[in-house]
Amino acid sequence: MVIVTTPNKACAVNPLKMSQPIGGAFAFMGLRGAMPLLHGPQGCTSFGLTLFVRHFREPVPLQTTAMSEVTTVLGGYENVEQAILNIHNRAKPEIIGICSTGVTETNGDDVDAYIKLIREKHPQLDKLPLIYVSTPDFKDAFQDGWGKTVARMVEVLVEVPAAETVRNPAQVNVLPGCHLTPGDLDELRIIFEDFGLQPSFLPDLAGSLDGHIPEHFTATTIGGIGIDDVARMGRAGWTIAIGAQMRRAAEAMQDKTGVPFRLFERLCGLVPNDDFIAFLSEISGRPVPSRYRRQRGQLVDAMLDAHFQIGGRRLAIGAEPDLLFDLSSMLHEMGAQVSAAVTTTQSAVLEQIKAKEVQIGDLEDLEDLARSRDCDLLITHSHGRQAATRLKIPFHRAGFPMFDRLGAGHQVSVGYRGTRNLIFEIANLVIADREANHAPTPDSWRSATLPSRSGRRSSIDSTERSIA
Amino acid sequence: MSSLPATVQDVFNEPGCAKNANKSQAERNKGCTRQLKPGSAAGGCAFDGAKIALQPFTDVAHLVHGPIACEGNSWDNRGSVSSGPNLWRTGFTTDLTETDIVFGGEKRLYKAIKQIIDKCDPSAIFVYQTCVPAMIGDDINAVCKAASQRFGTPVIPVNSPGFVGSKNLGNKLAGEALLEHVIGTQEPDCTTPYDINLIGEYNLSGELWQVKPLFDELGIRILSCIAGDGKYHEVASSHRARAAMMVCSRAMINVARKMEERYGIPFFEGSFYGIQDSSDALREIARLLVERGAPEDLIGRTEAVIAREEARARAAIEPYRPRFKGKKVLLMTGGVKSWSVVAALQEAGLELVGTSVKKSTKEDKERIKHLIGQDAHMIEDMTPREMYKMLKDAKADIMLSGGKSQFVALKAAMPWLDINQERCHAYMGYVGIVKLVEEIDKALFNPMWEQLRRPPPWDGPTENWQTTPVAQLDVQPIEIVADRTLTQRTPRARRICFCNTVDLGTIEDAIRSHNLTSVEAVTQHTQAVGGCCRRRIEDILAGRPISWWPATLQAAE
Repeated sequence: MVIVTTPNKACAVNPLKMSQPIGGAFAFMGLRGAMPLLHGPQGCTSFGLTLFVRHFREPVPLQTTAMSEVTTVLGGYENVEQAILNIHNRAKPEIIGICSTGVTETNGDDVDAYIKLIREKHPQLDKLPLIYVSTPDFKDAFQDGWGKTVARMVEVLVEVPAAETVRNPAQVNVLPGCHLTPGDLDELRIIFEDFGLQPSFLPDLAGSLDGHIPEHFTATTIGGIGIDDVARMGRAGWTIAIGAQMRRAAEAMQDKTGVPFRLFERLCGLVPNDDFIAFLSEISGRPVPSRYRRQRGQLVDAMLDAHFQIGGRRLAIGAEPDLLFDLSSMLHEMGAQVSAAVTTTQSAVLEQIKAKEVQIGDLEDLEDLARSRDCDLLITHSHGRQAATRLKIPFHRAGFPMFDRLGAGHQVSVGYRGTRNLIFEIANLVIADREANHAPTPDSWRSATLPSRSGRRSSIDSTERSIA
Repeated sequence: MSSLPATVQDVFNEPGCAKNANKSQAERNKGCTRQLKPGSAAGGCAFDGAKIALQPFTDVAHLVHGPIACEGNSWDNRGSVSSGPNLWRTGFTTDLTETDIVFGGEKRLYKAIKQIIDKCDPSAIFVYQTCVPAMIGDDINAVCKAASQRFGTPVIPVNSPGFVGSKNLGNKLAGEALLEHVIGTQEPDCTTPYDINLIGEYNLSGELWQVKPLFDELGIRILSCIAGDGKYHEVASSHRARAAMMVCSRAMINVARKMEERYGIPFFEGSFYGIQDSSDALREIARLLVERGAPEDLIGRTEAVIAREEARARAAIEPYRPRFKGKKVLLMTGGVKSWSVVAALQEAGLELVGTSVKKSTKEDKERIKHLIGQDAHMIEDMTPREMYKMLKDAKADIMLSGGKSQFVALKAAMPWLDINQERCHAYMGYVGIVKLVEEIDKALFNPMWEQLRRPPPWDGPTENWQTTPVAQLDVQPIEIVADRTLTQRTPRARRICFCNTVDLGTIEDAIRSHNLTSVEAVTQHTQAVGGCCRRRIEDILAGRPISWWPATLQAAE
């Protein structure tokens, strides 16, 4: 049984967590022609925007109601109204998604009521869907904002199918968690299509943030799932949710339309993919295509080749709950010990993590734990780079944001093929680290060097892992 | 200690700011922040501005008092570089939760300060106020004061919650915090007649170190750089400098002016972008120092260094001149940089097709006019769509701008270079300008562009992503032309003067209400320049359909 601890620190140092509203805005970015709007001061939007632009290296639509000190005192109705009208007139979006922030939540702005008033006053907005999600900065974290927002999209946008509607068994709704990249979604799409299934991803970041060159310039998202397609999701045969954060949205879908769902908490690793592929075979009524039989073999072989490097590693990992669970479990299954695990927020999957303890904390906690438990592999997002330099251990970047390396949107960890490549990448890091930092010397095994901890570690490294 | 609204008002009423000095009293009272438009605003907030201005102080712990968004979403993203301590890159935040908001966050803040002092023992702690604790009434001034007294480490409140205004205002509020709590609180270990302050220099990509060797050679000591690679002790004792240079930014003009008032430190505004500007800045520093009592030979030595460095830089740039012949640049940046980089680009033989003057003052505009002549296409405001079209139509060969418009250029498959704060190369001083020219050359002549612009072989010539946008965009002007022949009218919103953004309606109204008959009269009554738009104004006066729309400007519209 895992113990989940919350350290009692007054000051978070080197935050791991990002705020809920930008997680919500991120979800809206997977809708076609969308304009996410943060109801708050302009800085909230500006910081989020910079984060997304640096991660994806793409233009990103994100707007603000630009609350000032005065409008905060007076209430934000006029700002919300003006922002919606301005966006409607200038960017001509198909949908506006509104997330609240710390300021407007502290204030108690009733945005749902505002939207009602705005709709009464401006009938030209009748056809423009407006979705509001309450996402205060001072509660929860990035992935919670995403999960709540997708659930809200289902509640607002999906149509209840008429009683006589025949379900299309080939149509599958896919609700991916925010830990999946556009590359992951593309990989999943291929897998679904190979089984003759037609997946609709909600949200579909692969349509909007995969780096394609748009036909022409638009101020809104340049792709993603259309709201008409979302409306039709009620006719699907199945809903597949990926990541525990998506349970809420999947349940909302089932409650509203009766579409049954299956939640896959992980899609990285051999066993989770066996379950996934078997399930697709079952719902599609088709045998597993030979491509996946081969890919499975390749993954098994990759695990054989890489277990020398990964087995016995003491992993320090900092990530949001679903990503933490996914990656740490995969590495645990290859023999790594999850020695230090730090996450951002509460989640049902935390109890299943194969560690003695999971801390809800920051990167300082992760760094301290990694040092005291002598970890020799670090996995977290780009903000871990300072800790990695100090710890001098191999560092694999995973999660959001990844602003100091290219190709963040195309990192793939799902499926047999994605898992295979990820395993190679991590194993190569370990090999490179050994070559650079742990080459044996005439003194490596001399007992005089033993007292220092680093000396002991390097000797273990060079003796135990001779196969590269 | 003045209240925040009073400080903001005081900052707005800045006599050192040329723009402010030209305003009427009523305009001045309004302050200089543009009213933000909900739904079409893009800039950072005052907290962002304050943090940008102060975070480069390297041995200070920067503690953000607020919910996770303010620090969690933004930490460790500055391009400044430190020569020593790395404490400034550590993100500290009180990460306020719902409970703190109900019961107040002051105790948590106090504990956080204690925690930082116990763990890191910093030279000082800067505490940044944000919107939420400002709303619930957390008094950070009181907490900082109590903590300073209790722990004996300076704890400086930076009262700049995001919602009070723009990034620029935040810069100034950060400056006020320095003036009120830091500058003049310590004494330098020693002083020399060659001590200067650099104000508003952030050492992005280490660019300060491109100029520092010249200072070292001349024996000029940077007593304090606010804030690039700065240390707390240096800024706290910066009031003993002999002269100050305000580097390339009016954002911290309040610091420069008040230090002149309080401590008699004369300052000038200069820049190290471009050969001419670097020379001017060095000369001015030498002159001010000599005026304040430094030995006179400094001027001669400075001239010798300038002559040597100029010759070296010119020789390095020379080989690029033939390669750059006829290459057109679109420059989208703000303020001083617009003319300071213009001069530099011209030295390399590049041709300028447009420069933005959004943040420039009247003087800046005059200098641009002087540099590129009356026909200079000064662009007040250009939407991303317009930029995209201008590049797409190949009216410019390369765009230099800040990171925000990066993808506009790249998605049009056009060369682009970052010249704003996120850039990864340093472009300051004589070596910097050579580097800039090198980078432009690399971007312009990359063989990749040609391949990227080729359609895939299976696409017809008109149906790929490269040609479609151009074709689609071309439709627009044609439609307008057709429209005009139908109605014999040009829409009143159509722009006539592109330099100052004056539309047809404004000019027609002026002609009608004042019975104007000449172009000169029109330029007197409207903002129209009458340079490149002269022929169009003549057409309007003669009642002819407007005949002459240069392609570039049409694109810009």
